Amino acid sequence: MPKDTSIKKVLVIGSGPIIIGQAAEFDYAGTQACRSLKEEGVEVILVNSNPATIMTDKDIADHVYIEPLNVFTLREVIEKERPDAVLPTLGGQVGLNLAMNLWEDGTLEQYGVRLLGTSAESIHRAEDRQGFKDTMESIHQPCVTSLVVHAVEDAVDFAQKIGYPVIVRPAYTLGGTGGGIADNEDMLREICDRGLALSRVHECLIERCISGWKEIEFEVMRDSAGNVITICGMENLDPVGVHTGDSIVIAPTQTLANKEYQMLRTAALDIISALEIEGGCNCQFALNPDSFEYAVIEVNPRVSRSSALASKATGYPIAKVAAKIALGYTLDEIPNAVTGKTTACFEPTLDYCVLKIPRLPFDKFTAASRQLGTQMKATGEVMAIGNSFASALMKAVRSLEQHIDSLQLPKLKALSTEEIHKKLSVVDDERIYVCTEALRRGISAEEIHAITKIDIWFLDELQIIVDLEKELKEKGVPNRIRLRYAKELGFSDALIAQLAGSTREEIRDLRKRYGIYPTYKMVDTCAAEFDAATPYYYSTYDVENEAQIVFDGRKKVLVLGSGPIRIGQGIEFDYCSVHSVWALKRLGFETIIINNNPETVSTDFDIADRLYFEPLTAEDVEHIVELEHPWGAVVQFGGQTAIKLTKALSDMGVPILGTSADGVDAAEDRERFDEILRLCEIPRAEGRTVYTTEEALEAANTVGYPVLVRPSYVLGGQGMEIAYKDQDIVEYMKIINQTVQEHPILVDQYLMGREVEVDGVYDGEEILIPGVMEHVERAGVHSGDSIAVYPPLHIEEKHKQTILRHTRNLAKHLGVIGLINVQFIIYNDTVYIIEANPRSSRTIPYISKVTNVPIIDLATKVMLGEKLKDLGYGTGIYPEADYYAVKMPVFSFEKLTDVDINLGPEMKSTGECLGIAETFPQALMKAFKGANMKVPKRGNRVILTVKDEDKGEIIGVARTLEELGMELYATKGTCACLEKVGISVKMVNKMEQESPNMADMIQSGTVDLIVNTPARSKQQDGDGVKIRRMAVEHSVLCLTSIDTAHAILTARQQGHSERLRPIDITEI
Amino acid sequence: MKAILILENGQTFMGESIGSPRDTIFEMVFNTSMVGYQEILTDPSYAGQGVVMTYPLIGNYGVNEEDDESRQPWAEALIVRHLADRGSNFRCQETLDHYMKRHDIVGIQSVDTRAITRILRKQGVMNAMITCAESFNIQECMDMLRAYRVSNTVERVTIAQPEHYPGSGYRVAMLDFGQKWNMIHCLNHRGCDITLFPAHTPAEEILNGGFDGVMLSNGPGDPADCADIIREVKKLYDSDLPIFAICLGHQLMACATGAKTRKMRFGHRGANHPVKDLKRNRCFITSQNHGYVVMAQSIDPAIHEISHINVNDGSIEGLRYKNKNIFTVQFHPEASPGPVDTDYLFDEFLDMIRRHKEGEC
Repeated sequence: MPKDTSIKKVLVIGSGPIIIGQAAEFDYAGTQACRSLKEEGVEVILVNSNPATIMTDKDIADHVYIEPLNVFTLREVIEKERPDAVLPTLGGQVGLNLAMNLWEDGTLEQYGVRLLGTSAESIHRAEDRQGFKDTMESIHQPCVTSLVVHAVEDAVDFAQKIGYPVIVRPAYTLGGTGGGIADNEDMLREICDRGLALSRVHECLIERCISGWKEIEFEVMRDSAGNVITICGMENLDPVGVHTGDSIVIAPTQTLANKEYQMLRTAALDIISALEIEGGCNCQFALNPDSFEYAVIEVNPRVSRSSALASKATGYPIAKVAAKIALGYTLDEIPNAVTGKTTACFEPTLDYCVLKIPRLPFDKFTAASRQLGTQMKATGEVMAIGNSFASALMKAVRSLEQHIDSLQLPKLKALSTEEIHKKLSVVDDERIYVCTEALRRGISAEEIHAITKIDIWFLDELQIIVDLEKELKEKGVPNRIRLRYAKELGFSDALIAQLAGSTREEIRDLRKRYGIYPTYKMVDTCAAEFDAATPYYYSTYDVENEAQIVFDGRKKVLVLGSGPIRIGQGIEFDYCSVHSVWALKRLGFETIIINNNPETVSTDFDIADRLYFEPLTAEDVEHIVELEHPWGAVVQFGGQTAIKLTKALSDMGVPILGTSADGVDAAEDRERFDEILRLCEIPRAEGRTVYTTEEALEAANTVGYPVLVRPSYVLGGQGMEIAYKDQDIVEYMKIINQTVQEHPILVDQYLMGREVEVDGVYDGEEILIPGVMEHVERAGVHSGDSIAVYPPLHIEEKHKQTILRHTRNLAKHLGVIGLINVQFIIYNDTVYIIEANPRSSRTIPYISKVTNVPIIDLATKVMLGEKLKDLGYGTGIYPEADYYAVKMPVFSFEKLTDVDINLGPEMKSTGECLGIAETFPQALMKAFKGANMKVPKRGNRVILTVKDEDKGEIIGVARTLEELGMELYATKGTCACLEKVGISVKMVNKMEQESPNMADMIQSGTVDLIVNTPARSKQQDGDGVKIRRMAVEHSVLCLTSIDTAHAILTARQQGHSERLRPIDITEI
Repeated sequence: MKAILILENGQTFMGESIGSPRDTIFEMVFNTSMVGYQEILTDPSYAGQGVVMTYPLIGNYGVNEEDDESRQPWAEALIVRHLADRGSNFRCQETLDHYMKRHDIVGIQSVDTRAITRILRKQGVMNAMITCAESFNIQECMDMLRAYRVSNTVERVTIAQPEHYPGSGYRVAMLDFGQKWNMIHCLNHRGCDITLFPAHTPAEEILNGGFDGVMLSNGPGDPADCADIIREVKKLYDSDLPIFAICLGHQLMACATGAKTRKMRFGHRGANHPVKDLKRNRCFITSQNHGYVVMAQSIDPAIHEISHINVNDGSIEGLRYKNKNIFTVQFHPEASPGPVDTDYLFDEFLDMIRRHKEGEC
């Protein structure tokens, strides 16, 4: 069936801010879909609240709305743009739910907008628990015994019938938010209560627990003619019980014989056919390891995280093909971009093994429970490709950047074998390391399997790794054959050296002497059956190297990606990397990208000229450098991951484009940086560089409490804390010393002023600052967690000029060429510097979009020697826009139990959204809405409970709340202080006090907002953490900063006076 | 033990011996299926051939009795990147290595299977040998390799005496050119009573046997080598019996009716080949294993109608015979290994028999 030519204008709905369960994969899918639509001459309207995405670029869509993702906005956009159709299946669950809402409330019909691809009826059948069960029954697909409930009592009755344990799955929630496994009635009541609260339709599914079965996924596609294909079958190493997003996943399946494989493949195709899906679909199955019995766990009638993984694992561009199918094409009419000869109607076949490991945030959230279950907790993931399981696993572990490059977790070494044995039954992110340690201790694979249910095959593969570790330890430096073998298994030179008692350099030299170099193989969708043109490579130690270097006269530039998405290093760095590649290509360079994140746009095979899907370590990068001999390398855009490799690259003889390794070091090295600050006469908070607890204590007492303590080489404020007394320092040092510290720790005087942030492009002579951003929360809250406003509201012109001068001077003395990000504090009418990073920052994408300054493009050009004065955007501070843009951090607290939501110097947000409007309060309102934070309104109940230092300031907040007609509650101290100034407030007991107390109010849903600023010491804070957690788990907005409270009230007071008109940023 | 794979083009690959350590020569082909090594080894169509598995991890789920597709493995050799030391699956009875040793099948592992596949893709299928010999004369090997030709394979793989697979439905005669058991299962499951005949059974025996339909099976080798069989197939064509043929059977029927076959450069072997059913206007993913194909320019529009084509290269994947109750396919609807998406063809065959019996056609 040819393309439906009546579709000329299509609305694409994005997935909003990055949260756990919904990450960069939807930017990848959405970007691919938009490009695919534009390729067909379709006009694309894009709505997404996430400014860090590539899909919200002006050159990806024709009309771009960075607006809150809700029915109201979308109606407005539809009314204004009048699209012919909406594509609902590429924006994750958020996009799908919204499209369904618009269909249900008649908006689509009213404006004559068609749903492209899968019909609303089909989506409903797949998404609605009962509808889905009925459909599965009608095609004889077994589901897990289950019941849809709307009340806890029904759940309890049902569980009594089918027996515990049972799984609770709330309907229409992301990544299984609020779900869990209940072993008994008490647990069931608790989980079900929470699940119902979180479900959009107040609905949960209670099902038979089949933990321990194999978890198998199939990515399938169907077109309007009914052609069906599977893209990829995947097997989870972690049996059923762990959310697939938190599982180690292997493609293709490894332990299924043809019979089981075809049984599930056929089931997946029958399901997509019965649901009449047009596009991509993900089917998850549980397979009894001891029989042919299986059950359908879940079906997602849309592209998903798994489809992004399947696309990268196979080379098959699922989202691109899904978009074409939505336009009416059939699979056999769509060309296979990889081979250029065949069509999209075939099943990719792999001749390698792909492994995905989730990136979990427990390095940041040390207090969080590491336990894994049906609630997804990972913020991102890495993928590795190898010709053996071992090599893929070792590469994936290195790609995680979690301070270990092997399966030897240092802390397990200290445990007794008995303790290791016991630990095997703990299902957490360290289980793979525990299993390997168990094998090392001689616990048999059978025994480990009996406890973990992890298939013996995987354990046997781990045994291969353990055997080699042992051999290297016992026999020392390997001979040529064994060294080759170790490399084949994916061991890094450093690891071999560590095990064999040698040095990385010695092993590297030996390896080179033996002529052992990696060879690169192509990911071509067809196991070499057809000639392919995709320059998408992975390393092996096989015979033939397919990455043949053809010199076409263009200079080659290596761009380093940013690895897995984690707190502090998100999608924005992928945005920067991709834009840099595009800029370089436009300038006539050949581009090479190295990255390992399957969710991103940068790892799409048609972004750079050559893509190497490899770990971002010095050794892995060096192999590619030795093969490609790049003319230069770009490290500024790949976040700390890339910056960390600057020196290594320099040592390899690769010229660093832009700021040199020395410049990076000057910014990171405290003493050198201080020297530059002195030279430039830039004041900073007094501070010291220390290594030991004693030194830290001395430093803190010298500069005076409170102090900020943090490691140098910071990533998103990793391990940063405000210390108020000696004890805090002691505790902090204990935690920080758990991971090896090569770099010193910084102890700084803590200034509580107004924080300002700028990004600048420096060409060696002049600087361009596209915009100055002001933080709403005062210093002390990590910049990534602060609300940021552009243009600034309170910054006097003289301070702006000081900021400009300081930034220029700093850039000059650091030797910056390209980007610099500087954070300042304005305190007592003085501009102090906090820190400077000679690299891209998380604010670049949004500032680029709201100022129309193509920052990455300019930075790339400048790095290549061009001058700002010739580039058309001037120098100095760029003229301010007519609009206000408010960047709002977005958190994933409800997914991470035990994490304190209190904001501080340690970054906690997983993503961000943007509000753009003519006035600041309106922009603020949009930003709050975009972040899904309920702005309180008349009649709402608010609890105020603040620390003593804030009691003065809370009065202002309380007065506004009162004026806005809200009902005020406060805990004893706060209450007394408010009553004293005549504010009408009711007292409420603290959680640790007798009932009725705050907890009762939260649980009964009678409170709408809590303002709780935690006391400094854990004793004084009392049950503060518990209260804040309880608020999160009951979806009650809880603010921990007075500044945020002021902001939300500003939005309420002034932001809603006029209608919030959606703004097409292409028209700014 | 070390082993070496020597290709007809003179290239060699060092690896490790698996299975039987004897020396062997074979025609080397590659298969892109990610699962189903046991079914592949026991598919008689591979007689005389050595199979390179493009998927690198083989033997993961071991071997079991149920998944054999014939009475023994027929492939001459198995070439893999990495063989699992043990099989992990609830049905696993032995390791692949043990199975290969038991059946005297030669193999090699730890070789660059993708490089070998790329050689075959670029240079076409070629002969190769595996040897564990410490030293050998490469010129002698080359001479042997050049002289080797897969021949008389149908004779080797076919049964000696007819076999009966009882059922209560239609009586189907199946000519065994190297059939896979799943073909019998597919018909048996549909109730058919099947008599399996040796390849060289005279047509009269079948025509006089009171059968409702005939099935021509798959099998190894060059169809042009089967002149005697083709003559008998022509007689079957001339009768009015409903006939369904797969793979070699499809080629033999084409040859019997004037069409020609040619050897493909590297054939179609795998579980992911898209085929378009022109009547249904639908594409199906099929299991394939053939090195020869019916030439499009040799078909006679008065006799043949193309029913299926390969979506990748446009080659003929199925023929319907005009004014006859005959349809034949190049791919393997019986799958095993591979997708069962074209299983419906067995229903069409039965439907054709039914309509024929009812006098509709």
